[in-house]
This record gives sequence, structure tokens and C-alpha cells, in this order.
Amino acid sequence: MPSIKYENLRRERVRTLISNDVKQRFIRIVGAENYDDSQAGRLVYSYDATPQFQSLPDAVIAPRNTQEVSEIVKICNEHRIPIVPRGSGTNLCAGTCPVEGGIVLVFKHMNKILEIDEENLTVTVQPGVITLDLIKAVEAKGLFYPPDPSSMKISTIGGNINENSGGLRGLKYGVTRDYVLALEVVLPNGEIIRTGGKLAKDVAGYDLTRLFVGSEGTLGVITEATLKLIPMPETKKTMLALYQDLEAAARSVSKIIANKIIPATLEFLDQPTLEVVEAYAQIGLPTDVKAVLLIEQDGPHEIVERDIKKMAEICKKEQAVSVQLARSEEEAEALRTARRTALSALARLKPTTILEDATVPRSEIAKMVKAINEIAEKYNVKICTFGHAGDGNLHPTCPTDARDRDEMERVEKAFAEIFAKAIELGGTITGEHGVGAMKAPYLEWKLGEAGIAAMKAIKQALDPNNIMNPGKVFAKSTRKRVVVTR
Amino acid sequence: MTTEKERAIMQTEFQKRMDEDELMNCMRCGFCLPTCPTYIESGFQESHSPRGRIALMKAVVDGLIDPDEDVERSLNMCLGCRACEPVCPSGVRYGHLLEEARDIIQQNKKHSFPVRVVRKLVFDELFPYPKRMRIATALLGVYQRSGLRSFARRTGLLKVLPSSLRDMEKILPDVPALKEMKERPRHLASEGAPKRRVAFFSGCLMDTMFMPTNDATMRLLQLAGCEVIIPESQTCCGALHGHGGEKQKAKELAKQNIQAFEQLDVDYVVTNAGGCGAFLTEYDHLLKDEAEWSERAKTFVAKIKDISEVLVELDFHKKGLKVKPQVVTYQDSCHLRNVMKTSASPRKLLRSIQGVEFREMKDADRCCGSAGIYNIVEPEMSMQILDYKMEMAKQTKASTIVTANPGCLLQMKLGIERAGLSNRVRAVHIVDFLLEAVERAQEAEHEEHVRKTS
Repeated sequence: MPSIKYENLRRERVRTLISNDVKQRFIRIVGAENYDDSQAGRLVYSYDATPQFQSLPDAVIAPRNTQEVSEIVKICNEHRIPIVPRGSGTNLCAGTCPVEGGIVLVFKHMNKILEIDEENLTVTVQPGVITLDLIKAVEAKGLFYPPDPSSMKISTIGGNINENSGGLRGLKYGVTRDYVLALEVVLPNGEIIRTGGKLAKDVAGYDLTRLFVGSEGTLGVITEATLKLIPMPETKKTMLALYQDLEAAARSVSKIIANKIIPATLEFLDQPTLEVVEAYAQIGLPTDVKAVLLIEQDGPHEIVERDIKKMAEICKKEQAVSVQLARSEEEAEALRTARRTALSALARLKPTTILEDATVPRSEIAKMVKAINEIAEKYNVKICTFGHAGDGNLHPTCPTDARDRDEMERVEKAFAEIFAKAIELGGTITGEHGVGAMKAPYLEWKLGEAGIAAMKAIKQALDPNNIMNPGKVFAKSTRKRVVVTR
Repeated sequence: MTTEKERAIMQTEFQKRMDEDELMNCMRCGFCLPTCPTYIESGFQESHSPRGRIALMKAVVDGLIDPDEDVERSLNMCLGCRACEPVCPSGVRYGHLLEEARDIIQQNKKHSFPVRVVRKLVFDELFPYPKRMRIATALLGVYQRSGLRSFARRTGLLKVLPSSLRDMEKILPDVPALKEMKERPRHLASEGAPKRRVAFFSGCLMDTMFMPTNDATMRLLQLAGCEVIIPESQTCCGALHGHGGEKQKAKELAKQNIQAFEQLDVDYVVTNAGGCGAFLTEYDHLLKDEAEWSERAKTFVAKIKDISEVLVELDFHKKGLKVKPQVVTYQDSCHLRNVMKTSASPRKLLRSIQGVEFREMKDADRCCGSAGIYNIVEPEMSMQILDYKMEMAKQTKASTIVTANPGCLLQMKLGIERAGLSNRVRAVHIVDFLLEAVERAQEAEHEEHVRKTS
């Protein structure tokens, strides 16, 4: 975990990347009220939700339309000024921290839902739309947009697309990537392109839509998106399975999948997580058990009934001490909400909270949970684990204190070992949070040298001047590989 | 404008006084953003969000930025509604951070002469003295009753006031005469057998400008079975001082109030204004560094209860209350909800009244923009927030908007005026509405009795 990058924060830093002449050009494009280079204005866009990362941009610009974005990008390309597109700044990989300064683009003006097409089952939006607002708008028409990152009340669709956000429903319904049909993108040279369309089938050339999804703002600025919708599932049931044995819970996950049931949600919380979540949410979560699974199924009534019954049986067979069905939608929603606050609630324990999202094939969940606990013990750090067990995406989380240098070092070593273990099990260093600046030093572990080179070639081709969100995805140097001997 | 020297002093004070752990506790998850009225109304500007403000405070402490005008602007723009606190999973006590930061800035900056005079008058010479509050209110009464008001309104004399104050003038209640304000009860017996012995915190504005509401509160307490004690030596709660960067004065008032109530041997100290009540419940924080007072403050704090909680506890909602059929909605008092955690009881009481069709308005828990003196010092943002509120209120088609705090009540009245609804919609304090319901129920009972016996 690198310590806070202060070089861009020092007050005495006089060098600005933006000359007065360039500043005037920006202002002519967006108007003075949409250009902010005040000290305070820059400070509040120097961070996102990632601990330990902070760096001041040179200015914050709020464009009002795609044309303005294009003009801004052209100037930046000409003057080699970094651009960081930013939604609500809730990402957890320092993806929107302007580590090399430059301008932060905010989309407060570009926040309209442009169209809900009930014939093609699509919604077309500008990047600044809040995820939950979109979900509510389509649900009002009986349609369903499944990706539901825990921050959906705050996050923007533009941010979700750039980070390829997941969520609780990922197991059954997939992630943001699976719902993006078409994009309007401003390329680093200022050209505006449109990819894809309201099409279920489209093989005309490279799939640029997929390339831009999850590109973390390093390839261009997304200015519009058309997303796929599906019909709302008719019913939904929620239940909680309690365990006195961590691995029994993890085993249940694999067994459920092996029994050919794909639940809508299959979330895992261990005891330390349960305790803090309950302290915050106070909805009567059990805190005297070692782990719980939050399980949901949706769809036609008979199928939901059948699956829930079968999953309850599987859980009991795998030594669940109790299986409880939510009695009402309010109770179910309380459970889901409690789960979504897990990360932030963990922050109550200590001042600093380091969260990772190492992901493994779901068959390996039990092994991974076991390994995480052993690694925590080995380095003498506290690690709480929760996450989307159903899709193998775990969130080992470490409450710590950035001021304690010695502990921070051990935390860093522990997480390096967790990454290595995940890769060894056929997994990845990040399932849904992204690489950003935070995990860039570890990317090569997953991709190998040739993999990195291939990605760099794409970046180089589209953004030869490296103005789009520089310092992300690709690290200056790779972290030394940890060898796991177990 | 602050000078460079003033800023340097402020910076040192920030480093000395701001609670570093509390600042570190904010993990910047952003869960507070969707609940912040100024973040929403400013068009999602991070500097007008709780997360942004905490980042600014921390940056000043870390020496990364100066406490310049923009930082001050960001802190001033905050309503202090504290809607960010219940949703903060990390439990950051934002209100405390804000109060401290504002105090540092106010105490170390040189205000312009007129601002200095007004601040001194209001904070030091008026609110702390019940007698002066009565006289000031009485003067307002003279203005209202002598024909001066109609003269001023007729001649357009009021146009010399800024529009925010002009609007305020319109909605001030007709105040009682000096004589009435002087003769306040000090002890009231319960109606029937006493179930609780309570003290009533009468407040400064509430006991003058809103005196009938205080009378209604005491009457309800009696009816609910409370013996009520109203100590004379109590004073203003100090909320205006605390929120306005006059912490020292707030502490003095707090001590005076603790002294006034601690010997009384009561079950509760009852409040009827969310703003005051919330500040009283935080006396323990205010006095945490004063050894002689911190324990006494804790004991005092444990007894503070809003009137609606007391009434529900004493089953007042089962009393067969009645009003004329009407649609009613409820606007939360931010501090009552977010600090005192009272939001269910007022609704329970309202729903229990026969004739009330209760309709929850969207975002009832979002600040109305009154926020102490915010609507006077930040009229533009305040009115923007209020207009949204009235839009939501209108959608419920309510003819009665109930609130639980004098500031909110005035703001609602202002909103009704602005929306041109004054012939259809009224705003009323919950205790006045409850008393109305008691009286209506008694009338109905009486009519029934007459009908049966004749």
C-alpha cells in the first residue's frame, strides 16, 4: 500500500500544467462557472473512496455536452494535460484520483436519462445519471437493470461503465459489461465515435463497446450509453443461513452451484463483519455465529419456491445451524441494505480500512476463505471477509491505522500474499473494483509480461500522448512476486 | 476577507483543536452525498457535501490548504441539518467537526463593523436574557398591534429590507403582550393521578414569540398525567451560539441550564423544539473537557426527551383525539430526527387522530432550509431548498403541514406564502395541533352528552 502521494499536494508546488492562455480557452468552451481552479475546489476532487490516495488536479471542469468534451480533450491532447473523468468518486482502486494532476472532468450537467425504449428494451443515458435513479426509472415501467454495486445510491452510470462495476446480483445476472449495448465516446484526439447499437447481434468489426467498458477512463471519455434492460422478475425470496463453521458456509456455496441452481444473490459475511454491520444497522443479524449466507432467488413463483426450498436443504446438509426466511419485503430489503453497508461499517473498527476484492473460481471459495484466515494469522493482522461468494468475488477487509507504519507494512504483505493465492487458485487480483493506481503494481502477476504488453499496445494506439487518466492500470514498476509455499 | 495573518492563526487552531480521529474516521465512501441538501441543490458539487467539507477541514489540519474564503464558504453553506450522520456507516460525528471548525473561523476572523455589532447584540446581549427577549418580543408586538405594521406594509416602507427579511416579517406570528410573557407558570399539577414528574425546558423564542405553543405543551403534559416544573433560572439552550461559532458563550448557557435543572428530581426534561432539544442532548460533548461539568452534563443529557416521545410513552395516542377531516403531512425537524432520533412518535400521534388522513411527503426527512438563521444569512440556497420542499408538500395535497420546531414552522409558513397556498394550506406546531384535537374531542363528547340528556 503506497503511502499518500503528496507530491501533487504540496502548497509550494507552483508549476501548473495549465497556462493562463489554455485556461482562457477552457473557459471560453464551458463558461467561467464550469471551470474551477481554486484551492478548495481542487482539493475536493483530489480523492475518491480509496484510502491512502490523494493528489490535487490543476482544475475541475464541468462540460455541458459531448461537443464541449471533445473540444476540451483536443486542447488537453495538444498540451499533454492529463484528463480524469470522474463520476461520484466512490471507486475503490484510486481510479479517479488525479495522481498526475491535470483536469478532473465532472458530469453534473450531463445527467439526463435520454430515453427508455420499451420496444427494444433499452435505456439511453448520459454518464452523470445516478445508478439508483436509473434503476428506479426503469422499474417504474416494469423493467429491470440488474447491476447493483453497493454504492448505487451514489455512483453514476458513467463511473459504473468505466469500472465495469459488479454488485450483489452479479452471479445470476452478470455485471455492467453484460448490459452495455452502445456507447458514445470522445477519443483522446477529440474525435467522437459511436460503438454498438440497440442490437442483440452485431459483429461489425472489433467489439469496441466491450473494450471501453472497464477501461477506467484510460482510453477515452464516455459521453453517452445505451443499456440493455430485461423484464422485472415476478417474485423474489430472501433467506439467511447461519453457520458455526466458516468453511461449511463456503462449501454450501459450491454445493448450491453444483446442484445447478443459480441464485440471484449469494452473499457471505463472516463473524467480525456481522458484528459491525449489526452494530450499525441494528436489524437483528445474528452475531453469535461464525458466518452467514444471504441467499436470494427471483423469477416465476414456482421456481423461486422450489429453488429456495432446495437451497435451504443443501445449507442444512452442510451443517447450517439455522435457515431463516425473510418474512416481508421490508425485512429482505433490510438484509440487503445491511450487506451493502458492510464495507463502511467495518470502517468503524479502525481509522483506516483497506479493502480488496480478490476473486477465485467459485469452486475454490472454501480454499480461499481458509487461506485468507491463515494469512491474517501469519502476519498478525485482522482481516474480515465478506463478499459475493456466489461468483467467487470476496472482499477481505483489513481495519487498520495508516499512522501505524509497522502494521501497514504487514497489511501490505498479507494482501500481496492473498493476491498470489487467488492467482494460484485460478483467480484474479480484482473482481470488480478495478486496477486503478492501487493495484497497478500487481497487474503483471495476473497478466504476465506479454499480457501487459498487449494491453499497452492498445493504450498506445488510442492515446499516444498518454493523457487519459495516466498512472492507472499500468504501473511504473511491478511489485516483486510473492511466492506462496503452502 | 481574512488576512494572511488571520489564516495562519486559524490554521494553527485547526491543528490544535480539530479531532484528528474523527477526521480520519471519514473513509470518503460517499454514503452521505445523496442525503445532503446542499450537495443536491448545488448540482452535485463536492465542496458542498459533507465528504468534501471534511476533506477541506482535514486538508487545513494537514497544512495542505489555507483556511481561505472558499473553505469558509463551503462551511457556511452547510445547513448543519446533520442528515449525513445517521447514514454514515463509519459513525463520523460531522456536526461536532462543523461546530469546532466554525468556531475557529469566527473567533479568529475580524468581522466588518456592522456584522460585529449584530453578532454581539444577538449572541451576547439578547438571547441569553429572558427578560430582554420578552422586551424585544413585546416591541414586535407593539409594531404588530399599533398600526405601524399596516402602515409599513401599506406604504411599501418594508421594501428597504432585503427580500429575505421582508418575507420573514410577513410570517412572524402575532406575539403576546409583555404582561402575559412575564406571568409564566412555575409549577403545574397533573390532571388526574401523576404518572410522571417532569421539568419543562421553555426556551427563549418559544417562551416569547411562540408562547401559546409552550402553553399548549404544558397543557398536554398535564393531560397526559405529568406534574410539570418550569424552573425560572433556565435560559436559552445556546444552539444558535454553538452553531454560529460562539462556543464559549454556548458553554456558559449550558452550565446555567444544568444548574437550573439538576436539583429538580424529575423523570424527564421535556422540550418542544427539535433544535433546542438536540443541542441540550449534546451538552456532554460541549462540556467534555471540563472536569467539574462533564459528569453533571451526562446526567442532564440522559433526561432530555421530546414532548412527542413523552406523550407516546404515556399512551396519549390512545386518548381518542379528533379533528375535522383533513389531509395532514409532517415535516421532520432535522435535529429532532437526526440527533434526538425522534421521528416515529410524532407520526404515531398524528395517525392516531380521528379525521386525519396522514400522507407522508417525499423527502420529509430532508431539511426545509430554515436551519437556525440560515434562511437569513444564506437566503438564496435556503429558498431553493424551500421551494423543493413545497413542491413535495403540494404533491401530498395536505391542507395541514405539521412541524416540531419553531424555525421549521416559520419556514413552512414562508413556503406556503411563496407558493401562493395561504388560502388552502396552514403550518402548525405538533403540540398546537394535538391540543386542537383534544379540544375537538372534548367538544364532540360534550355534544354527545347534550344530545343524550335532552
